[in-house]
Amino acid sequence: MVTRLKETDAVVIGIGWTGSILALELAKAGLNVVGLERGAARRPDKDFATPEIRDELTYAVRQKLVQDPAVETFTMRHESGETALPIRRFGAFLPGMGLGGAGTIWNGLTWRFLPFDHQLRSRIEARYGKSAIPVDMTIADWQMSYDELEPFYERFEKLCGTSGKAGNLRGTRIDGGNIFEGPRQSDYPNRPLTQSQAGALFERAAKSLGYHPYPTPASTISAAYTNPEGAVMGACEYCGHCDRFGCAVNAKASPNASVLPILLQDRHFTLRADSFVTQIVYDKASRKATAVRYVDMNTGQEFEQPAGLIALCSYTFSNTRLMLLSGIGTPYDPQTMTGAVGKNYCYQVTAPQHLFFADEEINPFMATGAHAMNIDDFNGDNFDHEGLGFFGGALIFAGPTHGRPIMGRALPPGTPRWGRAWKQATAQWYNHSFSIHASGASYAHRGNYLDLDPTYRDRLGRPLLRMTYNFRDNDRKLSAYVAEKASGLAKAMNPTVMGPAQPRRGDFDVAPYQSTHNTGGTIMGADPKTSVVNRYLQSWDADNLFILGASVFPQNPAHPPTGAVGALAYWAAQAITTRYLKSPGKLVSA
Amino acid sequence: MVDQTIPRRNFLKGAGVAGTAVAATLSSGLAACADGQTPSAAAAKPATPPSEPLLTLTPGEAAFLSAVYDTFIPADQFSPSGTDCGLVVYIDRQLAGAWGQGARFYRMGPFLPGKPEQGYQLPLTPREYFANGIAAANAWSRKTYGTPFDQLSPADRDAALKTMDGGKAEFVDFNSKRFLETLYQSAMEGFFADPIYGGNRDKVSWKMVNYPGLPATYATKAAEYRGKKVNLSPQSIADLN
Repeated sequence: MVTRLKETDAVVIGIGWTGSILALELAKAGLNVVGLERGAARRPDKDFATPEIRDELTYAVRQKLVQDPAVETFTMRHESGETALPIRRFGAFLPGMGLGGAGTIWNGLTWRFLPFDHQLRSRIEARYGKSAIPVDMTIADWQMSYDELEPFYERFEKLCGTSGKAGNLRGTRIDGGNIFEGPRQSDYPNRPLTQSQAGALFERAAKSLGYHPYPTPASTISAAYTNPEGAVMGACEYCGHCDRFGCAVNAKASPNASVLPILLQDRHFTLRADSFVTQIVYDKASRKATAVRYVDMNTGQEFEQPAGLIALCSYTFSNTRLMLLSGIGTPYDPQTMTGAVGKNYCYQVTAPQHLFFADEEINPFMATGAHAMNIDDFNGDNFDHEGLGFFGGALIFAGPTHGRPIMGRALPPGTPRWGRAWKQATAQWYNHSFSIHASGASYAHRGNYLDLDPTYRDRLGRPLLRMTYNFRDNDRKLSAYVAEKASGLAKAMNPTVMGPAQPRRGDFDVAPYQSTHNTGGTIMGADPKTSVVNRYLQSWDADNLFILGASVFPQNPAHPPTGAVGALAYWAAQAITTRYLKSPGKLVSA
Repeated sequence: MVDQTIPRRNFLKGAGVAGTAVAATLSSGLAACADGQTPSAAAAKPATPPSEPLLTLTPGEAAFLSAVYDTFIPADQFSPSGTDCGLVVYIDRQLAGAWGQGARFYRMGPFLPGKPEQGYQLPLTPREYFANGIAAANAWSRKTYGTPFDQLSPADRDAALKTMDGGKAEFVDFNSKRFLETLYQSAMEGFFADPIYGGNRDKVSWKMVNYPGLPATYATKAAEYRGKKVNLSPQSIADLN
């Protein structure tokens, strides 16, 4: 028995970064908004309090704030034709669950993408020729340029209080910032964090090689701050408990710290937590999304919430899955390359290398999740790709994000795994090592996509999302190239011992943590046949349905995605409140 | 060389008759460390499980795990043995609790072997996995060495675990390398986790690596201590409650 509720103006599915931002903008515009969140209604003062939150076993190893795979997981296979099997425990990536979503447990990395990333296909074709891009590399331009999105990047940085140093202020390049970034209209809201010893070593080495190091744009912020919405944030304590944890001092920007204190007070907003959405009710004849069905996980009762406007704001995977479960749009078929829902699933191609310094005290435990020094010299198209056999590049960076001892103990190659020699080496090197990383772009490939699994089901009996994904030729070549560049930088730091470079060689493995930068599946585009949403993130199949999040990225650049996810949320919110609400209908004709 | 901050009473507590063996291992270990030799097998004695009552492990399972953990983490100048650090207590509580019973673990079939990159695909909860793994390891140990694992000499225990680690131990219907990984992961968790979980007694591993633990408020120290050695007596959750 489905209980049909009274219609509301808008329903937002998922209250993480995009859902909380959009809900607040809609509430400000006077709409009555219902927010449906499948997880618990977490509160920072109660759920992220010290000392309990500084518990590595419960939060980092057992992943208390991560999506519960027993409720819903994904299946994975490398190629069409193989049998996908469920990811029974999360490892490679950690989606969020509960109020704040993955925005609660992130590291606070708040980049803008490069202007190049926004016009990927056309810029590659312009520089390397029309036929340079392989047929199977299904990359596409974004539907808005960097300059168009710039005010919205800025708005998200101001919401977060991001700490950093501008490298391009209105066209003037500034040493010490990222000189490769697109022009900014304003500097970061807060000064950069205190640099770590690892960052200082990296910076010196990068400069010696003629590169352009800059500090991470960090939403683990350097000073107390009140954001434009009125949320009050604290200064970072460098406690080393960011990713997988909630922040005890509200110094890490999150929906919980930065938006919800305001949103939850708004009389236009109603939160329904523990409400698991099962379907968007779609009327094919009128091409409207009419309601959202969900199960109250505390009672098992199913509800249908009708609404004039529906916003799908869950994680990358759930956005795609709900579109497929609701029968909206055409599922992507890799054989015929038709359909668009599930297309262009992308990830991040990472390559770490451990370094050991006998005479340096690294103090990895005095860190934040966004505490590195970085270079963009090998990112995007900032270097010539002629003859390299791949496109894209990587963010190369070094600096510990934590010193938590269960998971943060690298040892020199050849050290025994256990026994006295292992203990000796662990005691010797724990405070004397850190890693250099290359976070590489992941460009869309015809064979990497998402669809519904034919066999495995979630706790409510609905098909799981199936991931068909592997590292492709571009990924492996890119990874080998940037890992070598990172190694050169590592050598210039003059470590006592260098671990091996680890470019991506084997197949994608669901177990070791790599990155929670999953993108695509409901991509933006100019053509309804090859994309799911238009440039305002409005569904081609239902005018009153908007899809927000990294699921709209046509491919994943090297920079971490959250800055762009937040910017796109403000971009879509503005289109909805200033244009759509005045004249509901298609915002782009096609 | 023994860290004097570890009370000797705790150091030997629960070791029972193995107390002398621990002490003997310790002194021979110190001598061995000096010249870089591996410890002598002369100190071999059957491992003795902790004296604390167990929630779920059988005495035989506890003896097996005690022998494994003492091989991974032998007593030396850095810490007491794995067992004396509380690792058997740690894993017993973990296996008896939500994680051991399959919390946050997708457990619907069908169960197919799959590729290694598809991750763990057995229907077994961690509690069941440990039970089956220990039984398989002891059967292999009996066949290979003539005794259950916990009755092997320290040198043979080390060699047996290395054989498992190298994927060369042929357990019947059980992946020995993956089981070794699970044992190793449990040892690292218990040894380095906050002491509230029963391992890492007296914050011994945190002292070993000089990890300051809690409350981790370094807003001013981050600049002051950059590149400098930090000497903060580690605090744990219980210390701050």
